[in-house]
Amino acid sequence: MSPIDKSHQPGPENSHQLDARRLLCPLPVIRTQDAIAKLQAGELLTVTSTDPGAKMDIPSWCRINGHEVVEIVEQDHEIIITIRIMLEEE
Amino acid sequence: MKPQAVEKQRKAVALISGGLDSMLAVKVIQEQGIHVEGINFFTGFCVEGHTHAVRKKHKDKQKRNNALWVAEQLGIKLHIIDVVEEYKDILLNPVHGYGKNINPCLDCKTFMVKKAVEWIKENNFDFIITGEVVGQRPMSQRKETMPIVAKDSGSDDLLVRPLCAQQLPATLPEREGWLDRNKMYDFSGRTRKPQMALAEQYGFDDYAQPAGGCCMLTDENYAVKLRDMWDNRPSREYELDDIIMLKMGRHFRLAPHLKLIIGREEGENNFMQGYKRLFVSIFPTSHPGALCLVDGEFKSDAELQQALALVARYSQGKNAPEVTLNVRQMDGTEQEYSITPMAAADIKSEWIV
Repeated sequence: MSPIDKSHQPGPENSHQLDARRLLCPLPVIRTQDAIAKLQAGELLTVTSTDPGAKMDIPSWCRINGHEVVEIVEQDHEIIITIRIMLEEE
Repeated sequence: MKPQAVEKQRKAVALISGGLDSMLAVKVIQEQGIHVEGINFFTGFCVEGHTHAVRKKHKDKQKRNNALWVAEQLGIKLHIIDVVEEYKDILLNPVHGYGKNINPCLDCKTFMVKKAVEWIKENNFDFIITGEVVGQRPMSQRKETMPIVAKDSGSDDLLVRPLCAQQLPATLPEREGWLDRNKMYDFSGRTRKPQMALAEQYGFDDYAQPAGGCCMLTDENYAVKLRDMWDNRPSREYELDDIIMLKMGRHFRLAPHLKLIIGREEGENNFMQGYKRLFVSIFPTSHPGALCLVDGEFKSDAELQQALALVARYSQGKNAPEVTLNVRQMDGTEQEYSITPMAAADIKSEWIV
C-alpha cells in the first residue's frame, strides 16, 4: 500500500486556523505570510479577518506567492479565507 | 570542446513602498534580466489600510495594499516585514533628527536599507534597489544624504537607485557588468514628469502617488496628535495600539491626564469597539451616536460630566434636553447617566487636538 499523499488529501490534522480579527492592513497579510512559512505544501490555512482590505490583499499575496485560495466567505462582518499551501517554486 | 560557463542569475531585492517610483525602479532592473523580489516594511505608521479600511470618506479608494498591488503588477514576490518594535528606536532617537513633522526620514531610510542588507545576506541575493530620486525629498533623497544612507546602512555599493543612477557613482552591479548604467536614468528634482513619462512607456496607468509619501509621520495633523500624546505622558514609549488610535476619531484633550477619542462615523465606531477592553468607553443609549474611548482617567465628577456632555453633543440627540449615556469600564461593568448635551459654543478650541 502506498503512503497517503497529504498534499492531495487535507484532513483536520493539516487544516490550520488563523485569527486575524481586529487587525488592519497589512497585519492580516503579515500574519498569514508568517503562518504559511511554517506549513507544508498541501496543508490548509483558514484566516478570519475583520479588515475589509483583507478580501483583496490576502488573495493578492497568495497569487504572487503561488498559493491557492480555496474559498472566501463573508459572514457577520468577518472575511474567512481558506488557502491551500503550494510547493514553493525555486 | 570547452563547456561554456553559465552566467549566474543575479538577484535583487527592491524596497517597495507601493508608489510609482519603486514600481518603475523594479521594472528598469527587470528589463536587464535581473530576478527581482520586493520587501515592504510595516512600521505601524504606514498610510495604507487603517484609515482607508474603516472610513466611508475613502470608499472611492480601493481597499488594497498598494505594495502588494505593485508586486502583482510586476509579477514579483513581496515579503512584508513587521518592524514595529525595532522602528520605535528610529522614531524616538533619530540620529539625523526629524523633518518638517515627526518624520525621521533619513534614519528611516537607512534603517530600511540596513534591514534589506540583512535580508540579501540571509537569502543569497546580490544587491538592493530603491526608487529614490536625487532631490525628490528634502531630507532623505538629497545628493548629500544619499551617500549617508549607503554608508550607514552598510549597503555601500550594493545599493542601486535605477531612476537616478546616472547621477551617482557606479555601483558594484554596474562595475561587474550585471547592470548597464546606460539603461538606467538620471532623474532629479521634485518634478514627477520623467516618472510619469516612463510609467506611460511601460504601460502603467494605475498607481498610487500619495502626497508626502506613504508615512503618517509626514502628515501634519497626525504629528500634532503624536506630539500631544508624548507631551501628556511620562514617557514617549508607545505601543502599536497607541499609534493606530491616533488615526481614529476626533481627539479632545480635556486635561493632561484625560483625552477623549470620539468616532467620526460608523466604520470608526465599529473599529473602536474592539478597544473597549483597553479603554473606558462612553456611548449614547437614548439616541444614535458616536462611541467615545477615554484615554486617561476622570479625576473629578466635573471631568466626567464634561466628557458626557461632549459625547452627547456628537449624538443625534445634540439638540435634545437630555441624552442618556452608558459609561463602560474595561471590566465590562456599566453605569448609566443622563446629561444635557454641550452647546457647540462651549467646545473649547484648545481641547481639539
